Amino acid sequence: MKIQFNINGKAVSVDEDARTPLLWVVRDVLDLKGTKFGCGKAACGACTLHVNGEAVRSCSFPVEYAEGKEITTIEGLAKGDQLHPVQQAWMEEIVPQCGYCQPGFMMSTAALLDKIPNPTDQDIDDNIANICRCGTYYRMRKAIHRAAEIKNTPS
Amino acid sequence: MKIYGTLFIILLLGIGSFVGFSNPPRNQEPVQNTTQAFNTMMKVVTHKRCMNCHPNGDRPRQGEDSHIHNFNVQRGDDGHGTAALKCSTCHQKANNDNSGVPGAPHWHLAPISMAWEGLSDAEIARRIIDTKFNGDRSIEEIEKHMTEDDLVLWAFDPGVNNEGIPREKPPVSEKDYIQAVKEWIAGGAQIPEQ
Repeated sequence: MKIQFNINGKAVSVDEDARTPLLWVVRDVLDLKGTKFGCGKAACGACTLHVNGEAVRSCSFPVEYAEGKEITTIEGLAKGDQLHPVQQAWMEEIVPQCGYCQPGFMMSTAALLDKIPNPTDQDIDDNIANICRCGTYYRMRKAIHRAAEIKNTPS
Repeated sequence: MKIYGTLFIILLLGIGSFVGFSNPPRNQEPVQNTTQAFNTMMKVVTHKRCMNCHPNGDRPRQGEDSHIHNFNVQRGDDGHGTAALKCSTCHQKANNDNSGVPGAPHWHLAPISMAWEGLSDAEIARRIIDTKFNGDRSIEEIEKHMTEDDLVLWAFDPGVNNEGIPREKPPVSEKDYIQAVKEWIAGGAQIPEQ
């Protein structure tokens, strides 16, 4: 089945089984390796990307549903050389340990900040449900608040 | 003849009392004719496939044991989840038998006014037909919702869980359930006392 969509601002057309998870099309067909495979059950969030601005677990998102949509992966979060506030904050707070789950966390956080520009700790608890086996949650919480500051500061 | 007539009336009253239609609502089928339909319908309504998303709090339930939904999943403002953790973050328009994530169109929690958890069958039924609870739906709209909505009928095609094991279906077939709902409503949506 031919499916057309935009990914990170670029129009693409793929010819895949309609039920193939978007994750595998992104990684293996489009060669964007930043989005990770974790559990394959939409539980851990390592595969989180954006579909029309909404955080989605791509391991459980059949590629057929991407038809005509705007997909954003971690590779498309920055605007050219200008890192996204979430990426800047993640570097400032030295969040990652092994780093494997971090792209998913950053995409979830970017979606959160689009909806709630100044999230409280409660907002973070209520909206970020990804899993980090290194336990970097404390640093991530600091980075999420810092990302909000950066995003809300006029450049 | 007078004695026979009196006996006949007494006999009729006796039968009426025995089968319980001594006071049927006007222009409606006798209660006992829809009690079976009501009970059939309620076997589905109270099944975990329906109840898990009609909780009496802000957290959905999941699984055969109806545990609180993992990952702090919450109702949110509109029943579709929180701002950045919506139902559609994981649940799509159809079951995903690869990941075991269930799906159906407009997957979401029933509004809190339609919380069924902890209620008796009669209490649930009263909410179903009461416009103060049911989203101001008419009885015709309720019938359509209960018999045609893809999310409601998902209960009969619930897919597999994340270990590939088929989810339990309600103990009534989809066809019998739909027929029961229609019969119950056609009979005046009467709610048997329990």
